[in-house]
Amino acid sequence: MVDHPAARPDLSHRFFLQDMFSRGGPVSRDSAWAVPLILVVTGGMYLIAYFLIADEFPFNVGRDVGYRLDVWLDWLKDNLGPLFQAIKGVIVWFLISLEDMMLWFTWPASIASIALVSWLLVSFRMALFSASSLLLLATFGLWESTVETMALIIVTVTLSILIAVPLGVWASQSDRLDAVLRPILDAMQTMPSFVYLVPAIAFFSLGNTPAVLATLIYAVPPAVRLTNLGIRQLPEETLEAAESFGMSRSQMLLKVKIPLAIPTIMAGVNQTTLMALSMVVIASLVGAGGLGLDVNRALGRIEPGNGFLAGLGIVFVAIIIDRITQALTRKQQDALGSE
Amino acid sequence: MPADREVALSINGLYKVFADDGGRGLSLAVEGRSKDEIQEETGAVVGLRDINIEITRGELFVVMGLSGCGKSTLVRCINRLIEPSVGQVWLNGREITAMSDDELRDARRHDLAMVFQHFGLMPHRNVIDNVALPLEVGGVAKPERRDRAASALELVGLADWGGSMPNQLSGGMKQRVGLARGLAMETPVLLMDEPFSALDPVIRRDLQDELLALQESVQKTIVFITHDLNEAVRVGDRIAIMRDGAVVQLGAPNDVVLNPADSFVREFTQDVRLHGMVTAASIMDTGAEALAGVTDDRYVVQEDAVLDELVPAGLSATQPLQVVNRAGALVGVIPLERLARAMVSDEAAASLAAE
Repeated sequence: MVDHPAARPDLSHRFFLQDMFSRGGPVSRDSAWAVPLILVVTGGMYLIAYFLIADEFPFNVGRDVGYRLDVWLDWLKDNLGPLFQAIKGVIVWFLISLEDMMLWFTWPASIASIALVSWLLVSFRMALFSASSLLLLATFGLWESTVETMALIIVTVTLSILIAVPLGVWASQSDRLDAVLRPILDAMQTMPSFVYLVPAIAFFSLGNTPAVLATLIYAVPPAVRLTNLGIRQLPEETLEAAESFGMSRSQMLLKVKIPLAIPTIMAGVNQTTLMALSMVVIASLVGAGGLGLDVNRALGRIEPGNGFLAGLGIVFVAIIIDRITQALTRKQQDALGSE
Repeated sequence: MPADREVALSINGLYKVFADDGGRGLSLAVEGRSKDEIQEETGAVVGLRDINIEITRGELFVVMGLSGCGKSTLVRCINRLIEPSVGQVWLNGREITAMSDDELRDARRHDLAMVFQHFGLMPHRNVIDNVALPLEVGGVAKPERRDRAASALELVGLADWGGSMPNQLSGGMKQRVGLARGLAMETPVLLMDEPFSALDPVIRRDLQDELLALQESVQKTIVFITHDLNEAVRVGDRIAIMRDGAVVQLGAPNDVVLNPADSFVREFTQDVRLHGMVTAASIMDTGAEALAGVTDDRYVVQEDAVLDELVPAGLSATQPLQVVNRAGALVGVIPLERLARAMVSDEAAASLAAE
């Protein structure tokens, strides 16, 4: 991975544990009063539930709450239909345009341009790898699937960045938002994806849209975290110097903080991309096409050989995208040097 | 020091206590309790205690002390990078400590430039854009700020380096950029927080010389922080020595070196070479009798010549040296045996000067 300290692959989990047990929560600061408080709160909740909600507490409450959630989801589906249709329209339009463009470009030209980009940004060896691995996929007849998967990844990652970077910047400026966001991001990354795939189908019906949105839920958190972190961990003296010129808050953000955080933000983009790729097989369960669907279909027909080939395609795409985004990150870091 | 002695920057009764104890540490500090006592009792850390300084326009004022003595806190209280707890800072008749956020930003853009120990350059901008950044922030139009940045870079000898990135420069060059950035702002006041401490000794000396040469022409009011008394003595018009957040001695360099206020200051001054400090004026005899005896006018020295500079004249002289002031008038004489005594050792020179 990139040798940026914040870009390690196990990052999200490290954060998760820190959030739960150490980061600035009242428990870690002063655990003396926290223990009785926890006892009182849980005891109080038990009593309220026992007397007010159900006397067979706690065994019957869960079903009831779950049912109410379903009713609420149905209400959303019935009343916000046009909104969901609009979202779907936009996503599908982007996906189809992108796919059409790459297919119109024909596979030899596409492969050549990807190899060229690899050469310019990474190395000649990487260019050889990109060209030969994509050529291999093309000869396996997987080119259309590969294009479909790439389009899916590009659209998902673009949307992720559009959501994650502003959110991360905002979180870096507000400790309160940061505190609220942390557990939500943890939940997004640890919630089993099937749990939100099914309602996503309910809202958007089968196809690429629920796949993109489900992937978003999984892929947005690392980019938010790294953007936030990248801005928060800037060297004190640089910020102090900027402050001493009389910079306003917004000048500080736009002229100093965000430009300096770009290597870390890019590391977040890299993470997001890999997260998105790890979702393509699951995404195919709700109707996404591409290599994920090929894997799924092959396994369904008990053709492990074909499944392996499509899986290999996912690996190749992952390596190519990872190396290119990493090289972009490194270029940013080199440009900034070690001030 | 200029003749008009107009006060540019004045610090009155300034305290800084780092604490979130609702001001208890602060009131103890105002009562005069010791730093350790206060820390033990309330957990508050006294950063500055009752600082009163008046800095003249065009003066290069040095604040010197060991790390943790509060000197960096003091300089940051001037432009409020650190908010003082009590007390006032006045700049040319305006109270900085009473300014609103907008007024303060404006003062930082137009009145108070700052140079940092680790340079504080923006690694994503090239040298000239770094120098121009404060002007950009202050809303100066692009052509003008490029011009001003270019001429500031020329002043510090980096005219050809505008297009380089900061990480391509050596430490000394980076600090020149930092200095150029401060100069380009064309502020009346320049705050320098240990500007040369991160540099190696030779480069440090070069930059000290350059700063002095620049100061001759720009005549800014400079507050210069250092932990090095040699540096303080070399560059300063006046020196304030700080310990535990308070000023323990304030005076001209030779005053501080020759008459240390207490054992703490004396410990610093031991490392300073006095021969470079003792002036003709401080060891001369001004008695009417001595002045009357002068006949030969071959051995004339300036009153601010230091001992090292007196030696060549002393070696060839057969008569007492005549000390003249800038106007050329005779102000005293140095009998040769007195000069010889002063040259024997630093201690002898110091005791002669103290006489």
